[in-house]
Amino acid sequence: MKAKIIITPKKAVLDPQGKTVQSALEHMGYTGVTGVHIGKYIEIDLAPGTDKAAAHKAINDAAHKLLSNPVIEDYKLEIAE
Amino acid sequence: MNFAVLQFPASNCDQDAVHALRHLGHSANLLWHKENSLGSVDAVILPGGFCYGDYLRCGAIARFSPVMQAVKQFADNGGLVLGICNGFQVLTEAGLLPGALIRNRDLQFHCEYIHLKTLTPDSPFTNKIPAGKSLRVPIAHGEGCYFADEETLARLKTNNQILWQYCDAGGNVTDAANPNGALQNIAGICNERRNVAGLMPHPERACESLLGSDDGKWVFESLFAALEKKSVAHAA
Repeated sequence: MKAKIIITPKKAVLDPQGKTVQSALEHMGYTGVTGVHIGKYIEIDLAPGTDKAAAHKAINDAAHKLLSNPVIEDYKLEIAE
Repeated sequence: MNFAVLQFPASNCDQDAVHALRHLGHSANLLWHKENSLGSVDAVILPGGFCYGDYLRCGAIARFSPVMQAVKQFADNGGLVLGICNGFQVLTEAGLLPGALIRNRDLQFHCEYIHLKTLTPDSPFTNKIPAGKSLRVPIAHGEGCYFADEETLARLKTNNQILWQYCDAGGNVTDAANPNGALQNIAGICNERRNVAGLMPHPERACESLLGSDDGKWVFESLFAALEKKSVAHAA
């Protein structure tokens, strides 16, 4: 069982990496790119048989307190088999 | 006065801070991050560096060091705490200061002298800074772009919590003088109670003219004056 957390910068926060990659894509001729946002992906291995709901609650807490910084980042959490 | 300079794994401006404080005539000692107590100190400095390798986010892991519980308690009791560069990042991650420090807008690490405008003498960190003086001090960071949401920013302004802004040599706050894209050129702030402050520039590296500038000493002279006042008030 795994917890998968995708962390992205909030919309209001400057994302210079995203902007730089966006302009690189444009220079390469990829058209229609209206935004690039660069974040982080974290995978946490959980012991087999872990209660899914309990794991979701615990990892959600950890994502809020440590894995992401709620001042500048949003996250999505998924518990996968 | 007696200062504790915290030492986290990969702090690298800890010795500079100790040197500057001793050079200015005060006592300073390093305190390892595993310590649970600050002992009897008058103020705490969180120095620059790359604690815990800047893993996850700058300062994100340091806040779980045992010593940070003691720092929180010290701050809750009104003790003076100053975070410099990485120390500023640790204080925001620990929730002792509002906002966050993110990647410089040009993605470059900036190592250069900048100028600072002091916005208020009303803090233990700015009370001795000569009025109207632009402080020439160095910066050395890749993640110093200050960010706070609109509500937080409005609160910082209302409460006069913005202590320093990046400016040019003449004291003008311009976008060209902003090295990292910080919101409104913010270089340093304090908390609402005004006993905890953080700034990205390095005043401790500019306390002797031999090093190119001694403007940074004014930040520490302010701290000494505030502590002096506090101890007189305490004795009375």
